[in-house]
Amino acid sequence: MSDELKVPIMADLMAEGKKPEVLFWVGSAGSFDDRAKKITKAFVKILNKAEVDFAVLGTEESCTGDVAKRAGNEFLFQMQALMNIEVLNAYGVKKIVTCDPHSFNCLKNEYPELGGNYDVVHHTQFIQELIKSGRLKLKGNLYKGKRITFHDPCYLGRANNEYNAPREILKSTNASIVEMNRHKRNALCCGAGGAQMFKEPEKGDKDINVLRTEDALQTNPNIIATGCPYCNTMMTDGVKAKEKESEISVLDIAELIANSEEL
Amino acid sequence: MNYLPNIIFAILLIFGIGYFTKNVKKLIRNIKLGQDVDVSNNKKERFKNMMRIAFGQSKMVRRPIAGMLHAIVYVGFIVINIEVLEIIIDGLLGTHRAFSGIGVTYGVLIGIFEILAILVLVSVTLFWIRRNVIKIRRFWNKEMTSWPKNDANYILYFEMVLMTLFLIMNATDVAFQSMNNGNVISQFIAPWFSNLPEATLHIVERSAWWLHIVGILIFLNYLYFSKHLHILLAFPNTYYGSLKPKGQFNNLESVTKEVKLMMDPNADPFAAPADDTNDEMPAKFGASDVQDLNWVQLLNAYTCTECGRCTSSCPANLTGKKLSPRKIMMDTRDRLEEVGKNIDANKGEFKDDGKQLLGDYITHEELWACTTCNACVEECPVSINPLSIILDMRRYLVMEQSAAPTELNNMMSNIENNGAPWPYNQMDRLNWKNE
Repeated sequence: MSDELKVPIMADLMAEGKKPEVLFWVGSAGSFDDRAKKITKAFVKILNKAEVDFAVLGTEESCTGDVAKRAGNEFLFQMQALMNIEVLNAYGVKKIVTCDPHSFNCLKNEYPELGGNYDVVHHTQFIQELIKSGRLKLKGNLYKGKRITFHDPCYLGRANNEYNAPREILKSTNASIVEMNRHKRNALCCGAGGAQMFKEPEKGDKDINVLRTEDALQTNPNIIATGCPYCNTMMTDGVKAKEKESEISVLDIAELIANSEEL
Repeated sequence: MNYLPNIIFAILLIFGIGYFTKNVKKLIRNIKLGQDVDVSNNKKERFKNMMRIAFGQSKMVRRPIAGMLHAIVYVGFIVINIEVLEIIIDGLLGTHRAFSGIGVTYGVLIGIFEILAILVLVSVTLFWIRRNVIKIRRFWNKEMTSWPKNDANYILYFEMVLMTLFLIMNATDVAFQSMNNGNVISQFIAPWFSNLPEATLHIVERSAWWLHIVGILIFLNYLYFSKHLHILLAFPNTYYGSLKPKGQFNNLESVTKEVKLMMDPNADPFAAPADDTNDEMPAKFGASDVQDLNWVQLLNAYTCTECGRCTSSCPANLTGKKLSPRKIMMDTRDRLEEVGKNIDANKGEFKDDGKQLLGDYITHEELWACTTCNACVEECPVSINPLSIILDMRRYLVMEQSAAPTELNNMMSNIENNGAPWPYNQMDRLNWKNE
């Protein structure tokens, strides 16, 4: 295990007159949710390993407002967005990376109309770029021979057409990647999107995350890989509902890489 | 008296096309009841989308069996319509097979029509079997009762009859059969009629001819009342379809104005509204009825073919929840039709009928079941966006009525107070670093 995480804070760098290459937008889930915090840390380990010049906003970060917008509260969304944009613009942020496809979509597509123009990438795109450019060299063989299936997050896949970056990264772990019947643009939602994460589902025959987990189980995986903190929670719950948690782990792409490189 | 058939034909044609035009005008008026939205940008990309998706059927073939059968019926429809041109000329001028003078080419053309006609017959029959015998699930959802179910079958019967009439018309046309050119299918049907006296044969041929053209005129006028309207509207609908990433939900500028005012430290909270805003209509946030939706959303509703691909891929619907994106579109169209009839009955003015789209057609439960995953949008073969209607109605529920589920209200007040959907302090945002 490596030493402590290096997590530079934007305000500190600014005080030193420095400007980082990229801002890491941690997001509310990544900051507060116990499971998602592990993803945040795994990603920071990767950033440290690749010696990426980054910073976080820390206590200056606030909710993107994404979930309020999906719930129909455009007022709350715009208030959050305008406040965040003020902070981001004050720091002259150019490039943002985030582990949450919902923040990614919102910052990338919905902030520009309110005056926030940034080059926003999802962490899977960022990691793929690090691998491609040689800044991150993968040597680990932890997942060789393991069966991994990737669950496409709606807000990365269908919403923004990114299907390859996570798969390319998975390929470089030497695992064997198995696709679910419903994948890429036909992928089934995990059930958490559109503010569903924060409420009980409407009445039905079963929960969406259970159905999605059944999709995943059909591929006989050792690992279900995700690229979204909400998908991660939903799939973890689904695996528990199917009492398979001792055989199958649900891991974010960042965690897979951090684990296999023993970061 | 010799001109009687020509006169009758002309009257039928004028009446058929006239009534259709009248309904098209009504259609356009109804669509224009929607809010204005600027879709005049990127003409080139829009045209490309239309050619690819509507003309080229690129999204239909994602489900290969239905896609292939549909492509046959579609090509058949377009190509065989060239024959209708000849029928119209013959009907008006009293000629018989006006184009036959072009020789071998005519035979080739009619040969193609005949082959397509038989392929269309087979495809339409298979469609009927899929619907009524195999009972494919998406054709039997809750919303597919009475009219929607019958409408689909009527269309199939119509096409069966029209194609059969076309082939009978050719098979009983003695002159055409003796040309022995282009009768690739009808030559096998001709023997069925070989025992009939020549006069009867002629009557059969004329009857098939008349029924064929009358059938086409009836079908044309049936469109307005049917999901079959998609054969026309798929083109504008794909042209005006969204060019933005699917995750990008539209920005409400009316809200931006207010939020900016709220956040402006220099704004005087007690100031009277500026003069230029006085005569503006009071803004309504979100949509509770069809007039609050924009005209592209209303065009979407008229374009919907009720194929149910959206519903069959909707995660909420797949897990037994009440939401069906197809029903959202059907409800929108039904309500819009109702509003249109109300306007017609009240001399061009809408009189409040105590109903609206929200509540009377679409329930809160349906709206809150949506995960905004875009599966329905991705699936639609003609670029319909049920999600945008769901979102606009959620906006109305939240911003006008504060009618969100309690848990969502909690989530939203957490964001307001702590800058996170959970009740944690913003000052703790970096705690993960040292945990």
